[in-house]
Amino acid sequence: MKVFDEVGRGTTSAFAYAGGVAELLGDSARYIVGLRIRVRETVDQAYLLGVQSWAIVLLTSLFTGMVISLESAAQAASFGVSNLVGGAVAFASARELGPMLSAVVVAGRTGAAIAAELGSMVVTEQIEALLSLGLSPTRMLVVPRLVALLIMLPLLTITAVIVSILGGMWVANVTAHISTESFIDSARQALPFGDVLRGLFKSVVFAVIIAIIGAYQGLQTRGGAAGVGKSTTGSVVTAIILIFMFNFALSYVLFPHT
Amino acid sequence: MALWARLDDVCVRYGPKIVMQNLSLDVVEGAITCIIGLSGAGKSTILRLLNGLKKPDTGRVFVQGKDITGMRERELIDLRRTIGFAFQFSALFDSLTIGENVALPLREHTKMPEDEIRKLVSETLDSVGLAHVEERFPSELSGGMVKRAGFARAVVTNPQAVLYDEPTTGLDPIITHVLTETIVRLRERLNGTAVVVSHDLESIYQMADYIAMLFEGAIVAYGTVEEIRRSPNPIVQQFLQGSEVGPIPI
Repeated sequence: MKVFDEVGRGTTSAFAYAGGVAELLGDSARYIVGLRIRVRETVDQAYLLGVQSWAIVLLTSLFTGMVISLESAAQAASFGVSNLVGGAVAFASARELGPMLSAVVVAGRTGAAIAAELGSMVVTEQIEALLSLGLSPTRMLVVPRLVALLIMLPLLTITAVIVSILGGMWVANVTAHISTESFIDSARQALPFGDVLRGLFKSVVFAVIIAIIGAYQGLQTRGGAAGVGKSTTGSVVTAIILIFMFNFALSYVLFPHT
Repeated sequence: MALWARLDDVCVRYGPKIVMQNLSLDVVEGAITCIIGLSGAGKSTILRLLNGLKKPDTGRVFVQGKDITGMRERELIDLRRTIGFAFQFSALFDSLTIGENVALPLREHTKMPEDEIRKLVSETLDSVGLAHVEERFPSELSGGMVKRAGFARAVVTNPQAVLYDEPTTGLDPIITHVLTETIVRLRERLNGTAVVVSHDLESIYQMADYIAMLFEGAIVAYGTVEEIRRSPNPIVQQFLQGSEVGPIPI
């Protein structure tokens, strides 16, 4: 019977969590649609959450592009299809790895920061202070972070894709002597512009996941420093799992011919 | 005596713990009502009930004659704009300067021009004894100064009532005296109501018009300072004398 109790409790809390997240997303969307956005706070958050993530996103995408090229270039050359390497790197980077890796890195850095900051505000009564001043924490805190990520994550993704392709191109040239022209031609042929846009659409969805999960976990913080730690970890784990799940679902829906 | 607020037969639980059981309390308009009681007795919860941050499990809460128990969040937001709240640890926004903290409700709720907002913020900070701190961050001020900045933010919109949660806890006797004087002066300036939760008896005797003592989820004594000091209730006397011997279990 204890097992049933646990399953029942777990199911209830999962639905409560999903309901809470949906409510927060709905509230935020209402403020965004009504253009009740705090511009200065949004710009500050775009810098803190987006610009400051630039270096780590560039480094991870650079080395990812390089390793894809390293694994595929020599093999392709030995089979005489080295003209396909550029396409393989560009295809993987723009459709899957660019959006997903950028999102995972940003979830680890930015999602955690959102949860930690809002969680600290809960335990120091700053959220109650907002409510007591007749102000909505969703409008004041969640919407600026959400809008900032909706702008910055696609920009980070574009940069990640470009850097990943450039890294792959350099490694292909060094390890398999594939010329730059051949690499770029192959990339152009393999990657329609529509696929790039679909990859960017994924990053918009991932931005929503990172901001809303981070904010929800932060606002649900209970207890002191331990509670903030728990919220921070929870936000990163949940956001990364959701990013992988949504990445599969979006790839299935957006690229049905493959 | 006109009432500013009334708690009527209120019960509040936190999980399995019953914090309030059939608690009733009248808050007189235009007076300073102090709530005393043991730590963890639920005094701060009374303040949160009065501005709708907490809803009772049963019972009703009336503020300015309106039943706020079933109010929607949007209505509660309007209500809260008429009530200042000075938090125990001030709850200033640490990413904003003191000036921005105090100006926040004015910038969000009024269409006041920026120069008027700055002037009012400066005047309000002056009225709590804080001059020239607008550009400083909360982390750069002492405990007493942060408390006063919290008071300034709570009263800058001229609310009808101000709720103070442990305004003098952990401060030295001089700052405690200054803050007590500040609460009295602010009540006179606003011509409104104040509800103060505190353990600090000296400070309470100095400012209170009425005292309510909370014990085991109910108000066990209510009256003027003199009435409470002379109360025959052994619970009240043990609390006031800080004695280990008596009906309050240690």
